[in-house]
Amino acid sequence: MDRSPDTLLLNIERLSVHFHTDRGLVRALDHADLRIHRGEVLGLIGESGSGKSTLARSVLRILPLSARIAEGDLSLSGEDLLAMKESDLNARVRGRGITLIPQDPFTSLNPVFTIGTQMEDIVKWKGSAGIGHGPPGEKVIEILERVQIPSPRDQVGKYPHQLSGGQRQRVLIAMALLPGPDLVIADEPTTALDVTVEAQILQLMKSLVLGKGISVLFITHDLGVASQICHRIVVMYAGQDMEEAPADVLFSQPRHPYTRELLESLPNPEGTIRDIPGEIPNLIQPPPGCRFHPRCARSTALCTQALPEKKAMAQGHWVRCLYPLES
Amino acid sequence: MTGLKLIGRKFSRDKLAFTGSLIILSLVLTAALAGLLAPYPEDVFSIHPGERLQPPSSNHLFGTDSMGRDIFSRLLFGARITLIISIIAVGASMLIGVPLGLLAGYYENWVSEAIMRIADVFLSIPQIILAIFLAQSLGPSIHSVILALSVTYWPWFTRIVFAETRALKKTSFIEATEALGAGRLRTMLLHVLPNVSSPIIVRSSIGMGFTILTAAALGFLGAGAQPPTPEWGVTIAESRQFLPDAWWYATFPGLAIFLVVMGFNMLGDGLRDILDPRIRRGLE
Repeated sequence: MDRSPDTLLLNIERLSVHFHTDRGLVRALDHADLRIHRGEVLGLIGESGSGKSTLARSVLRILPLSARIAEGDLSLSGEDLLAMKESDLNARVRGRGITLIPQDPFTSLNPVFTIGTQMEDIVKWKGSAGIGHGPPGEKVIEILERVQIPSPRDQVGKYPHQLSGGQRQRVLIAMALLPGPDLVIADEPTTALDVTVEAQILQLMKSLVLGKGISVLFITHDLGVASQICHRIVVMYAGQDMEEAPADVLFSQPRHPYTRELLESLPNPEGTIRDIPGEIPNLIQPPPGCRFHPRCARSTALCTQALPEKKAMAQGHWVRCLYPLES
Repeated sequence: MTGLKLIGRKFSRDKLAFTGSLIILSLVLTAALAGLLAPYPEDVFSIHPGERLQPPSSNHLFGTDSMGRDIFSRLLFGARITLIISIIAVGASMLIGVPLGLLAGYYENWVSEAIMRIADVFLSIPQIILAIFLAQSLGPSIHSVILALSVTYWPWFTRIVFAETRALKKTSFIEATEALGAGRLRTMLLHVLPNVSSPIIVRSSIGMGFTILTAAALGFLGAGAQPPTPEWGVTIAESRQFLPDAWWYATFPGLAIFLVVMGFNMLGDGLRDILDPRIRRGLE
């Protein structure tokens, strides 16, 4: 397998996911594209309900039973994940090629086993390509040292409830790195933590991932967090991808009206908060065409007719908008 | 401190669970050593017409029955029958109920609906009436009691395991397990089951008390164990026509049932307090 940095690792094209509910078909994801190269940290930003987590779960194919992947392509290192059998996914993708750092460290560890037991279980079951040689117990100690858990030998015998939220998130990061994955999906890994711990965890993730050939799909609703760790950022709105740009460009020159609204809605030092007028659309009967048009000052009748094609703005910067902002 | 040590320490402090377990321990010892402890082991079946209905004395601690048999000796052997009936009934209920509960809780489709509705049907059958029906068709015996109890008690396990599994499915560690590539079987057996073991243990203990009571009731009604089996309910049934003069005849088997059922219930309640993870966390 090619491990050079420019290789395309994850390729998602025109992915649509529908949830079948009692109230009707929820179109949670509408023709979303996403590409992650080897060693790259890609930020996926959006409000709640924008389809970020649905996208992440589609990659691992762990969507709820009510969800169907209606359309699209999904491949990892050129291998079609949608066509792959469940048993192959379990053996080669889930917990090996792709691992997940879950959102909530407080409920993501099994409460009845010690963390040492849970981690050794992963070593025996999923392997430990992310770490050197030695018996499983030693590997667990080593990876815990790597995620900077103080005196790991005293911690492995503890139950999850005996650890703080920050420590639990470190354990979960360690578990995600143990099998030596190509891609780590971090689903809002710092949302449940307080600000100081959040900064530590981000710092830790940067040190563990950057320059190590590991790719990360970093899902967050927090623009500040994304700007600290991501190379590129994709902005999502109501199940559609709106804009993609290198992190610094996105913040300095947003081209999609929604991205600018999102940036301006950040709290500023004057203490004023602007919100985006209108409401998040109902995904059972989403607005036709660009889903942002009902809230967009620049929209015209054309915006309602079809999902706009991606328009290249610069190298690595595109926007899905008929009337992009001037740079 | 490890979980087991912690549970051990809390157990010795919990008066309820401790007393309950002492009662159960003595029941088990009694059942195992009935042959050694009983002053007249042959009195399970042999008849002594000359010693009918003697009140408690140093010769016959709990008196004798209408056939002149030593009630104390028969009580000890009755403990064995009681224990066997309830262990088999609760064990079979667990073997049927727990897997069905796991399946019903894990799947959220027609499988789960079907299992739970069938469980409801069985729950709606009154145990005593089903047992009487079985006794009518299969002949009254200990076997029909065990069958009736197993057939009617498993839904209790199913309902508890179902509810706990559903709640666990919503927690993100189960999702994290699936993201690691755990199949359904692995998720259910290695991750869900250990998390529902506490309520299963508690329900088993309470179920032991419940099945003992029902088995005795069936013996009393004549739909269960038959004379001359020294089953406690049967002994009480035999004593009816000699009351109130031969007060000891019904009193001692009744006390035995009372004590054992109370023991299991106390143990169950105590275990619930000890094993409840929320309380366990609180007393850390």
